[in-house]
This record gives sequence, structure tokens and C-alpha cells, in this order.
Amino acid sequence: MAVLVNKNSKILVQGFTGTEGTFHATQMIEYGTHVVGGVTPGKGGSTHLDRPVFNTVADCVRTTGANVSIIFVPPAFAADAIMESAEGGVDLIICITEGIPVQDMVKVKNFLQGKNTRLIGPNCPGVITADECKVGIMPGFVFVKGKIGIVSKSGTLTYEAADQVAKAGLGISTAIGIGGDPIIGTPTKEAVELLMNDPETDGIVMIGEIGGSMEAEAAQWIKEHGTKPVVGFIAGQTAPPGRRMGHAGAIVGGADDTAAAKMKIMEECGIYVVKSPADIGKKMAEVIKK
Amino acid sequence: MNLHEYQAKELLKRYNVPVQEGFACNTPGEAEEAYRQIKTTYGSNFAVVKAQIHAGGRGKGKIEGKEQRGVAVGKNAEAVKEIAQNILGGTLVTIQTGPSGKLVSKVLVAQDVYYEGPNAIKEFYLSILLDRAQGQNVIMYSTEGGMDIEEVAHNTPDKIFREHVHPSGPLQAFQARKIAFNFGLSGEAFKNMVKFVTNLYNAYVGLDCAMLEINPLFKTSDEKIIAVDCKMSLDDNAIMRHPDLGVLRDVTEEDPTEVEAGKFNLNFVKLDGNVGCMVNGAGLAMATMDMIKLSGGEPANFLDVGGTANAQTVEAGFRIILKDPKVKAILINIFGGIVRCDRVAQGVIDAYQTMGNISVPIIVRLQGTNATEAKKLIDESGLKVQSAILLSEAAELVNKAVS
Repeated sequence: MAVLVNKNSKILVQGFTGTEGTFHATQMIEYGTHVVGGVTPGKGGSTHLDRPVFNTVADCVRTTGANVSIIFVPPAFAADAIMESAEGGVDLIICITEGIPVQDMVKVKNFLQGKNTRLIGPNCPGVITADECKVGIMPGFVFVKGKIGIVSKSGTLTYEAADQVAKAGLGISTAIGIGGDPIIGTPTKEAVELLMNDPETDGIVMIGEIGGSMEAEAAQWIKEHGTKPVVGFIAGQTAPPGRRMGHAGAIVGGADDTAAAKMKIMEECGIYVVKSPADIGKKMAEVIKK
Repeated sequence: MNLHEYQAKELLKRYNVPVQEGFACNTPGEAEEAYRQIKTTYGSNFAVVKAQIHAGGRGKGKIEGKEQRGVAVGKNAEAVKEIAQNILGGTLVTIQTGPSGKLVSKVLVAQDVYYEGPNAIKEFYLSILLDRAQGQNVIMYSTEGGMDIEEVAHNTPDKIFREHVHPSGPLQAFQARKIAFNFGLSGEAFKNMVKFVTNLYNAYVGLDCAMLEINPLFKTSDEKIIAVDCKMSLDDNAIMRHPDLGVLRDVTEEDPTEVEAGKFNLNFVKLDGNVGCMVNGAGLAMATMDMIKLSGGEPANFLDVGGTANAQTVEAGFRIILKDPKVKAILINIFGGIVRCDRVAQGVIDAYQTMGNISVPIIVRLQGTNATEAKKLIDESGLKVQSAILLSEAAELVNKAVS
């Protein structure tokens, strides 16, 4: 079971025949993910990685019954790919693409309003349900099966957290990379909520970054509705104000979106906040026993 | 990407947004000539000389070693020339530049808009930016123009208005009217403000701005609405579709090591500490900086080497970090997923050997795919490189290196 993706998910790949799409689709198939086909406009009717290629998402969904889309389309065309996917009828869109103009995402966010499609990302490593389904670019072996869920804005820091959780004798149910852009489809709060309601998840690791107010909103929600221990970390305690730290969304704009301010709110809301990224796994093992 | 005031004003004119007109000048001679043209065109004896740097607080800031302010009014050609002479080539220190200040290589010589007329002049504030939580653009405005807006927001939050713009269309006419009414305008000035705000929003969207701030937004004594100053920054992700805007980048405003890192596709931010770091992934890079601090050091930089940490990128990273004499140690932190740790380790060894004598201790933490093989490679290389697998081990090594 777990959340968002599982062994019954049928995956279509947008940007299937490109370099990134080919490489990561191959890795996903090796993991055991049920990749049913892909979309590359103009290459419909051909076959790639032993799977059919379609001109449109709608064609692919109609023929293969795909219900999840993963997007490896270059930034200039990614917003269009997301909207096509939503219109094409998939339930879940996972957009890996980094570098989408923010005004494009303003339009996408509006386009998705009222539709029954969830967007994860963009600028994210994807979603993995351990030993069942990997829809993303993460190294699968790090995510040892277990009962800890992860919500994170960052890619490699998610792998780091998963690795520490495994080394602490625990494992991962579902890890959700929500993305590091200013506008993303599924904010921290919604991803935490999914895991809080998942019977196969016993504890949650929540990893945030400087910039924006998503962690504070998630913390407030956890305070009111939380039923499982949450370990939190915010990257960027040493980041200077006004400078963008790699991710488009990682920039301190005022007093409220510094790492210190976020960590304070999270602590006040009952989250076990660790100051050092080296302590994530250890802390989870400690609190899950309580 | 930040723009200079003179560049931003030129862009606003494309969208029929009225601005305080002027000429960008590189020499005192050009400034003098600009004054003559302004005098002929606008019939005023006054012109304003404004230092062009990527920082605010210019009017209160001073040129290092002089009494000259960064923005000054000249009442004749000689005065304008003298002010330009004082500013150009000088270092302007403002509240936003920090004590080291910024070198000024251009001034904007602009028309005086504070002339007398039938009505009172008025200064407002208006900016357009992204409301991340709402996923919409928002226009923030206030009747308290020409002041530090953060102070206004703090002391009198009721004087700040916000207008969200629905993503499906432009700024609606009723919204533009609402803004003009809230500014307390009527008659000709009201009409001009409605036009101004509508066109300004079109400029914000059309140019893919990340932020657009007009302060002061000015009503002249004859009811014109004009952008007297303009702070504009463009969305870096959108520059690809505006080839004409990419060329406006002024690399002299950026840290030279950051510019050099960019040539190697390295995402680098210069900081002030004593421990350099090289990491794959932005989130892990920030987390590594935090860990350095907790281990008793101070991060000297942010550096995300991305998905390909090979000998070339590692060598480029070493060279860039070692330009800073304050760096006492370097921590390389790579979580190998798709990229294999043994390849990264070989890259570190190759880069180290190419560089010859690196005098500061290097700590390499490799975790993930083939981490054990990688540690063995490093340990057997005979180089003065310490290796770790766990993040906590790396933290201890950093602590030893700085204490």
C-alpha cells in the first residue's frame, strides 16, 4: 500500500525517448516499476525500451491505462507537459524537471485547480514506495523497506535521511520528494497528511529548507492532527539572507523563513527537530521507541 | 538576475510605463552632455546624478573617502560634471552594500521631476512579486512612498495594501481603479495611475520578473505618474526565452569567484568562513554547511557540483575554494546514487595529483553506491586525504581540522 505509488501503479514517461527519460526509465524498470509506455510528440507508433511510444498523453492513457506520469521534459516545455498530463486523465503527475520559469508554474497551479490530479514537484527526485515502485531518479537500494515516511524538498538529502534511517535499524514506507521550487504541486503539509493517514507508516521525517512558509503550515497541521512522531530538519541554518542557495525556492526573504524561525515553530508544534543533518536517523530510532 | 536602474527603466518604457527620463553615462563628460540634453528637453535647470549599483540606500550612502552621496542634484552643467566626477570610479558604501561598498562605473543623469506646479507632489510605494503560498502574483502598495518599506510594514502594517492578481488574466480594470483610489487620487492623476499600474503589471509578466519595485512611485505637480526609481530582478529560469535580456547581466556586480564557478557549471556562493565544501545536491550542500558550523567551523562557501562529480569538476572546485586564503580545510560530501562513489574517489585523487601541493587538509565523505570501495581507494592513495562514510564521522574530522 503505502502512499501515492505502489505495485499496481501504471507509469507513463513524458520525454520518454530523450537522454534523461531513457536513462531513468531503464532504472525504474530494473527496480520493478510498472512502466507501461511513454510520450514523445512526433514519435508516436514507435517502440522504446520494449514499450509503446505515443504522440499524446491522452492516447497513452487510453491504450495502456496509465494512471501516473513522470516528466523528464526540458524546462521550456515542462509546464505544457504537466497541463497535458492533467488533461489526459492521469491521477498523479511527478515532474522531475528543474528550472521551470516561475510564471509558468503560476499558470500550472491555476490550471490544476479543481482537477482530480495531484502534482508532485517540479524540481524533485520523485516518489518511491520501497520494494514496490520507484517513480523518480533516486538510487533505489538506499530505500530499505520499513515503516518510516519521508517528506523532503531536496534530493540527495532525502537519500541521506533514508540511509540513516536504514542504518538505525528502521526502513522506509514511502519517500516523497516534493521539490525545491517556489511553487510546487504538493506542499509539505499535504505530503505529511498523506503519510499521517497511511497505516503502513509509523513515523515521518520532514526535511525542509530556508524560504517560504510550507514547513510552518505543516507544523501547525501536525500540532492539531498529528498521531505519529515527526523528526524535522531545516537545511540552510548558515545561509546568508537574500542569496539563492542552489534551489530556486531556497532564499531567505524575511524574518519568518529563516531556518531558525522554522525550527522554532516546528519545535513548538511537537516536532523532534535535529540541528545536525547527521542526527536524523538516530533521532527517529530514539523517538519511535517511545 | 538583478538589473541596474537605468536598464530597468528602459525595459519599462517598452511597456509604456512612464519613467523619470535620463541618460546612462560612463564619464563626467558624458554626464555634462546629458545635462544639456535634459535642460533642452525639459526646460529645467536641475538634473539628478544617480550612481548605478545593484544595491539600495544610494541616496544616504557615501562615496568612500569623500562627502559625496550616491544620489545628488546638480543645478548646472559644471555641478553635474563635478558630481559625476566624484561618483564615477569611486566606491559607494550604503546600508545594503556592507562596509566594503561597491565600485561605481556608471551614473544615470536624470530629469528633475520635483518641479513646482498647480498641485502638490506625492510619493507612493508599489511592488509586484510572487506570493509563494498562494501561487499568485501580488501587488503590494502603500501611500508611504520613498521610505524603507520594511519599516512601514513593521510600524504601520495597516498602511500596506495587497492586491492578488488571478493567473488566468491581466490585472483587471477594477483592481487598477481600487489601487488608484487607495492612493487617494482623483481626476487626471487617477487616470494616469490606472494606466501606470496596468502597464507595470504587463511588464512584470512580460519580462518574467522575479520582483519589480517602484519606490518612489511619484505624482508630479502636474498630475503625471512616474517611476522615479526602479528595482527589477528577472527570473533566472526564464532568461532562456528572453535572449535580449540575458545580455543585461553585469558580471562586475557579482563575486568574481562565483562568476568563474559558473563557467564550470558549478553552483557556488561565496561565504565568509574557514571550511570549504563541495557537495552534490543543493539541500545536502546547505545541510553540510550547517554541519560544519555545528562542528566548530564556519562554512567558506556553498558549492553544489550537481550530478556529475568527476575529476574536472572536483579540480575546478578545489581551485575556486582555495582562492580564499582563509580556508583551513575542505570537506567533500558526496552521496552517490546514480553517480558511483569509487568514480568520485578516483576523481578526487586525480584532481589532487594534478593540483600538486594542497596545503590544507581534505576530508572526503563518500556514501552510497560503492562507498566502501571508494574509502579503500582514498585510504590507499597515499595522499593527505582523510576519508569517512558516515556524516557524523565527517563532522568529527572537520572538528579536528579546525580546532
